[in-house]
Amino acid sequence: MSTDTTEKSSQAATRPPRGASSKKRVPQGHRRLLTRRDRLTLGLMAGVPTILHVTLVWVTALASIALAFTTWDGIGFDSIRWVGLDNFKELFTNNPQFWPAVQHNIIWFVVLILIPTPFGLFLAVQLDKKIRFSRVYQTAYFLPVVVSLAVTGFVWQLVYNPDTGLINSIIGANKPGHYIDWIGDPNLNLWAILVAACWRHTGYMMILYLAGLKGVDPSLREASSLDGANEWQTFKNVIFPTLRPTNTVVLVVTIIEALRAFDLVFVFNKGAQGTELLSILVTNNIIGESSRIGYGSAIAVVLLLISLAVIIPYLISTFRKERSA
Amino acid sequence: MHDLSPSGRLHLPSPSRRTLLRGIGGAAVLGAGIPLLSACGGSGTSSDPKTVSLGSNASDAVPKKAFAEIYAAFKKQSGIAVDVNTKDHNTFQEQINSYLQGTPDDVFNWFAGYRMQFFAAKGLTSSIDDVWAKIGDNFPDAMKKLSKGADGKYYFVPLYTYPWALFYRKSVFQQHGYTVPTTWDQLIALCKQMKKDGLTPIAFGDKDAWPAMGTFDQINFRLNGYDFHVELMAGKASWTDAKVKAAFDHWAELLPYHQEGSLGRTWQDAAQTLVSKKAGMYLLGSFVAQQFTDKADLDDLDFFAFPEINSAFGQDTVEAPTDGFMVSKAPKNKEGVTKLLEYLGTPEAEQIYLKADSSVVAASSKADTSSYTALQKKAYEMISGAKSLTQFMDRDSRPDFTSTVMQPALQKFVRDPKGIDSLLTSIERQKKTIFASN
Repeated sequence: MSTDTTEKSSQAATRPPRGASSKKRVPQGHRRLLTRRDRLTLGLMAGVPTILHVTLVWVTALASIALAFTTWDGIGFDSIRWVGLDNFKELFTNNPQFWPAVQHNIIWFVVLILIPTPFGLFLAVQLDKKIRFSRVYQTAYFLPVVVSLAVTGFVWQLVYNPDTGLINSIIGANKPGHYIDWIGDPNLNLWAILVAACWRHTGYMMILYLAGLKGVDPSLREASSLDGANEWQTFKNVIFPTLRPTNTVVLVVTIIEALRAFDLVFVFNKGAQGTELLSILVTNNIIGESSRIGYGSAIAVVLLLISLAVIIPYLISTFRKERSA
Repeated sequence: MHDLSPSGRLHLPSPSRRTLLRGIGGAAVLGAGIPLLSACGGSGTSSDPKTVSLGSNASDAVPKKAFAEIYAAFKKQSGIAVDVNTKDHNTFQEQINSYLQGTPDDVFNWFAGYRMQFFAAKGLTSSIDDVWAKIGDNFPDAMKKLSKGADGKYYFVPLYTYPWALFYRKSVFQQHGYTVPTTWDQLIALCKQMKKDGLTPIAFGDKDAWPAMGTFDQINFRLNGYDFHVELMAGKASWTDAKVKAAFDHWAELLPYHQEGSLGRTWQDAAQTLVSKKAGMYLLGSFVAQQFTDKADLDDLDFFAFPEINSAFGQDTVEAPTDGFMVSKAPKNKEGVTKLLEYLGTPEAEQIYLKADSSVVAASSKADTSSYTALQKKAYEMISGAKSLTQFMDRDSRPDFTSTVMQPALQKFVRDPKGIDSLLTSIERQKKTIFASN
């Protein structure tokens, strides 16, 4: 990036700048060719984002990694105590919520990739056929994505409410002896929430695929139909392979969605038994009165490692293929 | 939100649209909230000798108005204005750590119990022995005990309190000819009878994870006594102790009589089953009365203390969470603060508050009880007659322990009471780590 800017500015500087600054021109070194104002502008343009990025991303990330090896109640910096790997030991062996949380994050991902992603693709293909009211459908399917997840969680919680909720009222499961506790029963609640998550994710996937499909060269369809391919064959052998870049985005987005799943569950039942998630464990430990900052950071580090382990190899292989292509 | 799981206390948000919006707003300002909090606390004006700044968690309309009336009366009496910074109740509680470390207001709302003592021990609040020298006579011994830090100094001025008990409707008991149970066996027999009569014996909703802590508290101090309960909460006694196991065994005996599907139900919904006479009893704080919006229903509401389990302890302990005030570590207007706290410790201040909020009772033994409702009178008698007062599990113990260990553990127990042995071992292991941390 820095070489880029110096190159550009050196080109600009070959044209003699107007005004007082031209007198100060010193013909040695690229940097000197810039006026003070240029330098200030450049400095601000590169500096402010850099400072923001470094403080908000790197410093905080590194600080939480460092804090993961300490115990701290959040009161005064002198109460930070180094404990080595204790937090992780505690996490892996003693925390009854940790492994279920990891498992639920994985289930979340598998479900998102198996159900709403293909369904979103299906909807996108249908909408791409220029059917009537296509815009209306697009908006309808995409609306859940626009709505805040907290609102989504609240609405679905009303649907699932065991006493007064829509489902139990319709099927009569809100009487003693027939109870279905969608929110509290650990065998049900994760799946109940996943329905809500899928409902939203489908719209997201639809929009991504629809954008991908719009970019497919129409002559490809023409060619394949001239070759006598039917609709399914065209899609399978011609269209889908051209969606490769979209698939990469979809996969990465879905992984991110699965790892950062939080708001929906938090509003739904605060991550009670059956719906524990890593993100909720982090929050419960750090935010609020509990202030187990070291321990919460250790969970956050595990979450970070999982994200890196999943995303880095995939991106590397994708970019390698693209480069060799 | 952390629940965001704050406790058996009074101003619990009902699951309304308003709460939701507030929650979203809270989440949105979460990042900005911490610096904001420290920024707005104790700003400028409080160095003025005629002003005391006060951080308030009374964000609900009723208590907010009630407090405002107290401060107005204080201004009239002393000429000192109280500059109130009100924050959302849950947000206030969740951000208390950073709030007290920043530039907090001179005085702030807080609760009696372990957390109060914790802040005192950390040096985040000021001792107020001088205030207590004046107001001491207004309070019973149990309240004095509640207002002291671990070092024996006073740090807290209580304003009001409310009991946890078994609530029921008089008309339902009359209709079926039930009598108030005073022993464990009578309670179980009553539950059996209610079930036969087609009632849900005990209403229960533990979606927010704290109500179950109230049930455990009752059974534990009835069975094992106040002293053991305190030791257990302080992390000294072991959760694998046979006494704890016995408490859970009693609870397991009572669980089948609790309302089904409790983990998906809020306390408000559970209270509705008591309102609609579908449930016979409900173990909760007196704030359950807030759900009785019809005057006739409210008059029909009554309560009794949790029955005796162990004759050695009888019914000597009452769970009575107490709310009041603390002073931050470096108040800008020390003199004004002392005057304000002295005023807040008077029966007059308490009466002003109770006039506006009738679901609680005064902490002072000198407050005029003649205007109390029947429910308030009974609550007052129950609390003043108690040998020991507890606050609530999440106020009597470390909040990190109760929120990250006990809340999920008790939910697990409620769902699967048979797994109690491994559950207690797990609680004890986690407790050791947490209490060893600092």
